[in-house]
Amino acid sequence: MAYEGMIAETIRIIGHNGDPISAYAARPLGAGPFPGMVLIHHMPGWDEWYRECTRRFAHHGYATVSHNLYERFGQGDPADVAAKARAEGGVSDDQMVGDTEAAVQWLRRQVWHNGKVGLFGTCSGGRQTFLFACRQKSIDCALELWGGRVVQDELTPKQPVSPITLTKDLSCPLLGLFGNEDRAPTPEQVDQHEAELKKHGKNYEFHRYDGAGHGFFYYDRPAYRIEQALDGWQKVWAFANKHLSTK
Amino acid sequence: MCTSIVEISDCDGMGKGDGGEWFKLTHSVVSYDHPHHALLEEAITIDFVNRALEPGARVAVELTLDAAKVLSAALQRAIAQAEIEESHRHRPG
Repeated sequence: MAYEGMIAETIRIIGHNGDPISAYAARPLGAGPFPGMVLIHHMPGWDEWYRECTRRFAHHGYATVSHNLYERFGQGDPADVAAKARAEGGVSDDQMVGDTEAAVQWLRRQVWHNGKVGLFGTCSGGRQTFLFACRQKSIDCALELWGGRVVQDELTPKQPVSPITLTKDLSCPLLGLFGNEDRAPTPEQVDQHEAELKKHGKNYEFHRYDGAGHGFFYYDRPAYRIEQALDGWQKVWAFANKHLSTK
Repeated sequence: MCTSIVEISDCDGMGKGDGGEWFKLTHSVVSYDHPHHALLEEAITIDFVNRALEPGARVAVELTLDAAKVLSAALQRAIAQAEIEESHRHRPG
């Protein structure tokens, strides 16, 4: 059996406005080159599931970074930090883009990186993944999982643009995974999202699952749906390999 | 579901948070969204916080929708009785 190992550690990167923020980075041991993956955490915060997800991508050969979008709300239990973020209106889209670009560029500077970077996000992170892929041109593919509020009715100073209106600027191939029992996004909103992608001739693939709602990958929550999650992960690996491998 | 159902209000009082310390409250936050602990897809979450303090300064509950309705009704009843008491207290003469 071949030797297998990985390194997983917290790092500091320089985020939006020059603010230092924390990130969790994991990669296989060895010289590489490894494809890169940046993970945008969900609304419940920079939590254990995202730590495990970071290591899971590393297990599959990706140099992976999960950065803490809630850094500026303070340190502590992820649920407490997420609550503080909610109490203060969440993070702005501009700040999210700045922090995420910093994570992407950190990967691109590493000697063991293969020059390709994907972006993965679930829940609010799914929305942010799509938004980033429309605003920036620095990633090679985007993986949006049940991105709530891509079709955004209520605009706020921190989230002033409905992401779907930026579809024409999508800069890379997009994978979308959705549960047909989800209420944010609803199947009708996913239809609108897909129609806009088609209208602009974008490279995308959507997979929609019956019997699943929001967050069906979360094995520690009632929303977990094992069959749909296992199939969804296969879609993730196939898509990421197709767009990020240089072998 | 990834909702935007959040109601943030000023709050005045004290709360007992992480570590058992009491702290002054500045805001209450009521939302209907993903709970962290309750085994529900969505819950009414109520946080009493002090924005000037660290994130651990939080009194939190995650309730089913039905439990939240029961709590809301109980609050309404208690407040109505309290207002009657207060009106007697402040009556001149």
